[in-house]
Amino acid sequence: MINKKVDNVKEALLGVTNNMTFMLGGFGLCGIPENAISELVRLRIENLTCISNNAGIDNFGLGLLLQNKQINKMISSYVGENDEFERQMLSGELEVELTPQGTLAEKCRAAQAGFPAFYTPAGYGTEVAKGKETREFDGKMYVLEPAFKADFAFVKAWKGDAAGNLIFKGTARNFNPLMCGAATITVAEVEELVPLGVLDPNQIHTPGIFVQRIFQGEKFGKRIEQRTVRKRS
Amino acid sequence: MLDKIGIAKRIAKEVKNGYYVNLGIGIPTLVANFVRDDIEVEFQSENGVLGMGPFPFEGEEDADIINAGKQTITTMPGASFFDSATSFSMIRGKHVHLTILGAMEVSENGDIANWKIPGKMVKGMGGAMDLVASADNIIVAMMHTNKRGESKLLRRCSLPLTGVGCVTKVVTNLAVLEIKNNEFYLLERAPGVSVEVIQNATEGTLIIEGEIPEMDI
Repeated sequence: MINKKVDNVKEALLGVTNNMTFMLGGFGLCGIPENAISELVRLRIENLTCISNNAGIDNFGLGLLLQNKQINKMISSYVGENDEFERQMLSGELEVELTPQGTLAEKCRAAQAGFPAFYTPAGYGTEVAKGKETREFDGKMYVLEPAFKADFAFVKAWKGDAAGNLIFKGTARNFNPLMCGAATITVAEVEELVPLGVLDPNQIHTPGIFVQRIFQGEKFGKRIEQRTVRKRS
Repeated sequence: MLDKIGIAKRIAKEVKNGYYVNLGIGIPTLVANFVRDDIEVEFQSENGVLGMGPFPFEGEEDADIINAGKQTITTMPGASFFDSATSFSMIRGKHVHLTILGAMEVSENGDIANWKIPGKMVKGMGGAMDLVASADNIIVAMMHTNKRGESKLLRRCSLPLTGVGCVTKVVTNLAVLEIKNNEFYLLERAPGVSVEVIQNATEGTLIIEGEIPEMDI
């Protein structure tokens, strides 16, 4: 076993500096690397480029880094729940590259899998395809999209072990497994760091080879954006 | 004239036995409530779940189980969770049979605009561009006119496009229309709505062939 375990978030984020590009897992606030984000806020590093499907809300998730003006550029598919984000974008303080969600996922996966680029039909004929190479296959038009490049990927999993193996829960999986191994260093924070051998190899979602550092997250707020329920009849 | 519930009820009739269906945010989400319960249908949510169920009972919400609208949900027996790339493989790979989504504008050649109002609304496209670029069967659920009373069924979209030549059917508060040969074909009228009202609310080319029946909802 190659040991990936580090003791805490400080150790896990060693080497992060200004001007870096980060990938951050999560969909809305579901499955976001809360502990890594808190540490990035504490470190006050800035001029960051962040690849993340969403940008958190005003006072949680990536919204915390936005409020501190630590982020220079966001690459996301949907940013509707964040007023500060919208303000910074419309005023030009924040550069934003809106990317179709499936393309965003595949740009992560391509980086993980060693593909430099891929063709997708998403965005053809729209401003997303502007300046990009297009090509026809079997009578349909496609857009060439390059893989992402990033310095660190911060992901969150449900369970993990010292070998870096990860298991996700529910829809908190989302972009997390795709970002593992898609950056130079992948840092995974887990709710439960279990002893080696406890996780069934048949059930591993992300094999440890894609993870460089793993740590037990200190706390997970797991906020719910839209609490929707039905009455018991 | 239909309200949002009425539009959802009419679209629910388009959901057939054995369909995997992706529902967008807004009116489309309501469709799930009106699908016949004697057919087998699975709802896919692009954030990574197939086999979505109803909202959880109070106290049973799980922050780790949400839909694309970030609402807490439950899953049905036989459901599965997966990552975002797998989710869009289902969509891009045409494994999802029906996509229902909202729009700000639709044009007579099937273009759709629903993600951006320049200088004003910049929320992003989410999964909409992937959905409309790939799905063969796309139904748009929307009001026939905007808040200023202007038609949303146009010759050409004025807003930035989400996809080109992809919409096949539109269900509005006034009518059901099919898009083919770069024209809107009027299929059904909403209860109590005349062909003239629909004609006046449609800027794009509207083809009216024979007697237009009233919707059965």
